[in-house]
Amino acid sequence: MLRPRIIPSLLIQENGLVKTVNFKNGKYIGDPINAVRIFNEKEVDELAIFDIDATVKNIEPNYSLIERIANQSRMPICYGGGVKTVEQAQRIFSLGIEKIALSSAILSNPRLITEIGDRVGGQSVIVVLDVKKKMFGGYEVYSHNGKKATGINPFQFVEEAQKLGAGEVVINAIDQDGVMKGFDMNLIDKVRERTTLPITVLGGAGSLDDIKKVIDKHRIIGVAAGSLFVYKGKYKAVLINYPSKEEKAIFYK
Amino acid sequence: MITIIDYGVGNINAFVNVYKRMDMPVVIARNQGELKGASKLILPGVGHFDHAMQQLNNSRMRNVLDQLVLENKIPVIGICVGMQMMANSSEEGKEKGLGWINATVKKFEESKIHQVPRLPHMGWNDVKPIKASRLFTGLEKEAIFYFLHSYYFECQHLEDILAYTEYGDEFAAAVQHDNVYGIQFHPEKSHSYGEKLLNNFAKL
Repeated sequence: MLRPRIIPSLLIQENGLVKTVNFKNGKYIGDPINAVRIFNEKEVDELAIFDIDATVKNIEPNYSLIERIANQSRMPICYGGGVKTVEQAQRIFSLGIEKIALSSAILSNPRLITEIGDRVGGQSVIVVLDVKKKMFGGYEVYSHNGKKATGINPFQFVEEAQKLGAGEVVINAIDQDGVMKGFDMNLIDKVRERTTLPITVLGGAGSLDDIKKVIDKHRIIGVAAGSLFVYKGKYKAVLINYPSKEEKAIFYK
Repeated sequence: MITIIDYGVGNINAFVNVYKRMDMPVVIARNQGELKGASKLILPGVGHFDHAMQQLNNSRMRNVLDQLVLENKIPVIGICVGMQMMANSSEEGKEKGLGWINATVKKFEESKIHQVPRLPHMGWNDVKPIKASRLFTGLEKEAIFYFLHSYYFECQHLEDILAYTEYGDEFAAAVQHDNVYGIQFHPEKSHSYGEKLLNNFAKL
């Protein structure tokens, strides 16, 4: 039986880990390599790592950091941040990253999905959409850490991404980021209707119950969380955590 | 010595690190000369079948590899696309495979997968050994591994199948013919289960 995937999502800024709220006010959490080691011990399903500096500052991905992360990791990793070309994707892939997340570059040039897929295999090309509710209904895709509205309809783009050969879609809800009050279930339903690709949802997990709700409804799905797996308690003390095998077994029932 | 074939495709260091943790020495081979002294071979692989085959063909290691595997009969394990490369051909591309196991690589039929998501087959799934093999010692029950693929390995000879995984139909998650082993999942990214399997391979 294929399991749902429960995925810690880590944000990198200036070589350190940060956690944001609504994509803003990154708070320093710790050292990325150390976090990877702890998540190894906890036997997590998969790890997502997004460099939130690279695209905004228009700099190359930090290859040496990516390599150190990949070498340490005993779990599959999805890396995103600043990937704009086939060459960059291939280089990251060769460092030992299984899944390459693309966002702003494919919004302006969706064909890049196919071009990178032809080289590294479509199953490893992950489309990440940062999505925000529109004032008068509906949703819109944003880029550059939620600063740039793109006018793109996420549901249409998901369909197009599948046609172009993407391997997975990650939906990141800006309004829910860091708030820890549950997922936008309506958004998830709407994305699920539009594609048969695996999807991973991110934004809003405040408890294991929130994760369970998504899995109960959608069964095989990736459920990612940032705050939930790096903070503990109501004062948000930094403490890396992850459900045990026994806790996860409840989700599979 | 366990020798990992580095032909520019796949995560060599992930394997090196797993064996380092187990205090087992490994060698990385990037050319013919570095293959000398190999007593076991690991053929990693990720990405597109044609790209992987072209890279291996260009590495100039093909002749020595064929000799080590087919004549000297040292144990070799292909991983993910590395496994698929051991077949005769793949529906994913036009290049010829290594032909070390009589098999072809096919794309999963989406119509047989009665759920959403369909493809790729992504995530942790059960691997059920169907015969006794030292590769699966200690992994006979309840072992799960990480998969990421849309193509699967179809053996011409069913007796080559070591373990099944269910996705739509059952497919060969692990195969063996003589000294040639192949696994579709990623042991280097499958925590303690993967470590156990790589340890078992080292001890064959």
